[in-house]
Amino acid sequence: MTDRIMVDGMSAPRFSVPLELRAVAITLALGALGYTLFPDDLAFLTRLISITLLVLSLDLVTGYCGVATLGHAAIYGVSAYVVGNACLAGHSDPLLLLLVGAVAGAVMGLVSGLLVTRFKGLPQLVLSIAVGQLIAALANKLSSLTGGSDGLSGISPGRLFGVYAFDMYGRTGYVFSVAVLMVVFVVLLRIVHSPFGLLCQAIKDDSLRARMIGARVYPRLVLMYGVSGVVGGIGGALNAINTGVVGLDSVGFERSAEALVMLVLGGAGSLWGALIGSIVFQVFEHYVSAANPFHWMTMVGALLIAVVLFAPKGLVSLGGLLAGRAASLLRRRP
Amino acid sequence: MAWTALSIGLDALSYGMVLFIISIGLSIMMGLMRVVNLAHGAFAMIGGYLASFALKSAGVGYPLAIVLAVLGTIAIAFPLEFLLYRRIYRKSDELTQILLTIGIAFVIIGVANYILGPTTKSIPLPSLLSGPVDLGFRMIPAHRIFVMICGVCTAGLLWLLIDRTEFGIRLRAAVDNGDMAESLGIKTQILFSATFALAVGLAAFGGVVGAELLPVEPFYALRYMVTFLVVVSVGGAGSIPGAVAASILLGLADTTGKYLAPEYGEFFFYLAVILVVFLFPNGLLGRRH
Repeated sequence: MTDRIMVDGMSAPRFSVPLELRAVAITLALGALGYTLFPDDLAFLTRLISITLLVLSLDLVTGYCGVATLGHAAIYGVSAYVVGNACLAGHSDPLLLLLVGAVAGAVMGLVSGLLVTRFKGLPQLVLSIAVGQLIAALANKLSSLTGGSDGLSGISPGRLFGVYAFDMYGRTGYVFSVAVLMVVFVVLLRIVHSPFGLLCQAIKDDSLRARMIGARVYPRLVLMYGVSGVVGGIGGALNAINTGVVGLDSVGFERSAEALVMLVLGGAGSLWGALIGSIVFQVFEHYVSAANPFHWMTMVGALLIAVVLFAPKGLVSLGGLLAGRAASLLRRRP
Repeated sequence: MAWTALSIGLDALSYGMVLFIISIGLSIMMGLMRVVNLAHGAFAMIGGYLASFALKSAGVGYPLAIVLAVLGTIAIAFPLEFLLYRRIYRKSDELTQILLTIGIAFVIIGVANYILGPTTKSIPLPSLLSGPVDLGFRMIPAHRIFVMICGVCTAGLLWLLIDRTEFGIRLRAAVDNGDMAESLGIKTQILFSATFALAVGLAAFGGVVGAELLPVEPFYALRYMVTFLVVVSVGGAGSIPGAVAASILLGLADTTGKYLAPEYGEFFFYLAVILVVFLFPNGLLGRRH
């Protein structure tokens, strides 16, 4: 708990920049850095941002509410399919599509939340898997809506604000995605530090105690699942808008498991952890997985084992540790 | 109509028996050590790989290949128990266990395919098991009858082991109350290791004899990662009758679904899972922990 507060900000009272402002600056800096490092591969970066939103969404339920889920891609995939269909039906304004994705994600989030947060422990985990697999099987079956195993293709969103077209270089898509990520991140920072967000963390730490002080646990968790659904839905919408294709992989079990791995690598229970984890994981994946997928699996596996054993709070805790050391070194100087 | 039902029933039974043989080890392990082990399928995969290697490259007979696969898998898995699993017995939260065991499964997939190549591993059957058997109303592969016999024998022997032996008494005592068992002088750590070996051995056995129904391929561990966990959860962790019931029920749901509406894939399997978990959160025959 204290670690999280340290990491999330307010560590140095002397030069306190508002958390939101810092988040804006960092996301913009990361966006600019990405653009300079991968100017010819913006498609990779937009995909990265879309998955990052899924990981942030997972962080809300797993990191902040303690719900172990292996079916979170259902939210992401369903919303991507809904957005794809909305676009094919002629509603091609990108902002409208984003809204459609958020609503679809919220509905999906509330439904899975109602099912999954009903129990704790093993039944909860198995229900989350079952919901995810059920959606994946449906996506495969309803090929008139999803394109089945060929995927839903031909999604071509209109111009952003009626001016900027989503061209083949992906510049519009990239800038749009960075902006969306920035807004979502700032809003989420507000939410996790709000009384509602803190109550969710209290439920995670000790749900019995939370109930004793009068918290209505189940409705809170379902509500957080809804918020998480909005974020995951926006991620899915970005995926559909930017790539123009939605495949079965976006609802699959592998996507859910990968998101969980990224989250834990970065540090569950911290939005910064979700951000760092998904960036680090996907940049590595970009290089290593292309070389040999099996070496990639071995590496991810070994990394996961190492994180669980040596840094159970993720990379962000290591970063916080280093920053703390550096700060105390600086302070010691006269 | 009746013949179709009987036909589905037979296929469901043989599929369910494979699920049972592989899952029962996980079930005992989860009942005793409370470990959500997502790498269980990976041990079944190792068993399949070893058997395939023994049969095709070393040229040993089928029964010996099974024995070698089981023992080999236990030998490979034991260092993992010693170094990793011991840390997560009974005390860790689900998330830690999931991540550690997914990590183990990934490493096993990566290493196994690096050493033996990313191809589907066939496990050639002896001539006695490869032909069909005429049941009067339909032909059934002899292998399926063999699988069913294996399943029944496994259940029976496990029942004997747990209900009738000294080991079983200690095991049940540790499941009921680990701390009390420890203070009565039962060495729970040794018990855990023995149970782990038993679970892994059963997984390898199931991986080999079930290879006709669940083909041993590079992503076997990933593909069936959740299937076995789901069977255990539906049956109730630690319960043999529960695992039998869950295996047959889910085998039936899956086989019926694939017979009557093949385009729905695993839809009915997971629909059955959601219904059962909602009605019996501790499994059909499980107990509250």
